[in-house]
Amino acid sequence: MKAKRAAVPYGIWMVIFIIVPMLLVLYFAFTTQEGAFTLQNIATVGRYSNVFVRSIWLGAVATAVSLLIGYPVAYIIARTRACWQSVLILLVILPMWMNFLLRTYAWMTLLEDSGLINNLLEALGLGRVHMINTQGAVVVGMVYNYVPYMIFPLYSVLAKMDPSVIEAAQDLGASQARVFWRVVLPMSMPGVISGITMVFVPAVSTFIISKMLGGGANLMIGDLIDMQFLGSSYNPNLGSAISLVLMVLILICMGIMNQFDDGESKGGGIPL
Amino acid sequence: MGQNEIISLQNIAVSFDGEPVLKDFNLQIGEGEFVTLLGPSGCGKTTTLRIIGGFVKPDQGDVFFNGKKITAVPPYKREVNTIFQKYALFPHLNVFENVAFGMRVHRKKEAEIQATVRRMLEMVNLTGFARRNVNQLSGGQQQRVAIARALANGPKVLLLDEPLGALDLKLRKDMQVELKKIQKQTGITFVFVTHDQEEALSMSDTVVVMDKGRIQQIGSPQDIYNEPKNAFVADFIGESNILDGVMAGDYLAEFAGKRFRCLDKGFAPMEPVDIVIRPEDIEAVPPQQAELSGTVVSVTFKGVHYEIIVDVHGFKWMIQSTRYQAVGQEIGLEIGPDDIHVMKKSEYSGMFGDYSSFSDEMEGLLNSPEGKGQ
Ligand SMILES: Nc1ncnc2c1ncn2[C@@H]1O[C@H](COP(=O)(O)OP(=O)(O)OP(=O)(O)O)[C@@H](O)[C@H]1O
Ligand SMILES: [Mg+2]
Repeated sequence: MKAKRAAVPYGIWMVIFIIVPMLLVLYFAFTTQEGAFTLQNIATVGRYSNVFVRSIWLGAVATAVSLLIGYPVAYIIARTRACWQSVLILLVILPMWMNFLLRTYAWMTLLEDSGLINNLLEALGLGRVHMINTQGAVVVGMVYNYVPYMIFPLYSVLAKMDPSVIEAAQDLGASQARVFWRVVLPMSMPGVISGITMVFVPAVSTFIISKMLGGGANLMIGDLIDMQFLGSSYNPNLGSAISLVLMVLILICMGIMNQFDDGESKGGGIPL
Repeated sequence: MGQNEIISLQNIAVSFDGEPVLKDFNLQIGEGEFVTLLGPSGCGKTTTLRIIGGFVKPDQGDVFFNGKKITAVPPYKREVNTIFQKYALFPHLNVFENVAFGMRVHRKKEAEIQATVRRMLEMVNLTGFARRNVNQLSGGQQQRVAIARALANGPKVLLLDEPLGALDLKLRKDMQVELKKIQKQTGITFVFVTHDQEEALSMSDTVVVMDKGRIQQIGSPQDIYNEPKNAFVADFIGESNILDGVMAGDYLAEFAGKRFRCLDKGFAPMEPVDIVIRPEDIEAVPPQQAELSGTVVSVTFKGVHYEIIVDVHGFKWMIQSTRYQAVGQEIGLEIGPDDIHVMKKSEYSGMFGDYSSFSDEMEGLLNSPEGKGQ
């Protein structure tokens, strides 16, 4: 009984900050600016399908790159001595203490046509490369901002992994590569799944990064929604409809991911 | 028991963070032998197994397998399998795939894998559990999966690190019989670790008693029990009354203020020694019939026998007898020549003494000039 009563404030909190906003989004998505019911907003979302495709594509690429970078980093951190682990973790966290905008501005100056990287390439005689205002630059910005969210869940499963299980695999004749593919990777799947979720969701709905590093041609859904509420084409009803569709799409993506996870844990790992 | 030496540890020394864990360690294991490493917690049993398995590189010395030096060979290339102290099953695989792991890694044919796994599961009484998730098994069942997994690989040597430690007494006894049977059937060399002396004595061909990173004694269970080399071994294996004594001459030992005929000779005249007398060897007789007599301090019923603590001039003896003796009664302790075992003095002399901690009359001992038996 006590526990139930203690849960009341959280219940109220959840209603006010989660349920009510969701209902508001639903309400705005299906009404005109005058408040009449309409399906027009949802239908209009279809016009922006190219933005959706681009967002999901860039989000997926950024997630994949984050996984490729994050997994080895998490693995190395989890394998170092306990006293060094906290230092390395701190190094991963440190950039996150800097303001998000500042970090992204820094990347702008790095990637510019006359930026630091290009000056360096020129000095080395490799010639300048156009980087700013490309999809690549957007991916770089997203990976830089979100890779810690990939590293943490991976690190926590890898650090908790019982070393005697790895020794058991070696004992049974598995070389280092086999131990990784047959034991370490399958056992770290929960971390991989939650890392992917933690990076993919914010990456797909990101804004600012795409505007600052991608230029006008690489707008993403986040920018589109931003425009409906604060920008030139003020239309909160359309903005709500876009948010709703985005939410449904992300839910579908996550559903597919979790399906994959279930299959993984029941099966025999990855054959090698 | 085969005569070929399959594993040989020569002059091994290991230390962790500057702390020596194994010192001057020499051990030869014959093919098909059941060898048990026995010793208190932290004495280096697991470390010894890890050296054989390849998980610990000795600081000094070498490991030989069938005469070939394997000190630098990585674990996955050794024809040795381990049953780990904590089973270390693969949580992401079911029972079948756990047992099949080694064969899959070695790319065995599917038909062979199927047949071998079935046979192994049958052997450890887990037929029908093949598709179960290992996390849903009881401790005893997980243990048996670990045994099947190690045996499925067909190792020449099986290392078992306290494999029965987590089981209840009944299951433990059953598994002891089961393991011994498996060992006889397969002819695999077993290196078994335990700190349960009864388990060690009942299962092994050879027992290696260890303490503080050193081998204290190697021998058959009978040798270890009947001819302990020092006070540590005598105290660790079974119950024993350990007294300070001197050898008054060949076949003549002096302890507890009296002279006794014994079967030992070859000591220097009046050489100080440790005397071991097993509680079950002492006969309770009327006081006037024995050299030594004392007062019964406590009696505990142990099922098969009574454990009786007798105070003889302050030294508390333990005797085991099927006959009940009343507390406070005066009884004689009859000790025959073949009941007396004489040991050279060692670093352990004086560390193990009488059974005073069994009684609540500690003060009596502390005040007595004969406190430690002399
Ligand atoms: N990796 C390690 N790092 C540091 N010290 C270690 C390590 N492994 C073992 N030790 C130390 O070495 C000593 C022997 O350990 P070991 O595990 O061989 O003991 P054991 O005889 O198996 O004990 P138990 O019966 O408790 O399993 C212990 O003091 C232990 O603390
Ligand atoms: Mg151990």
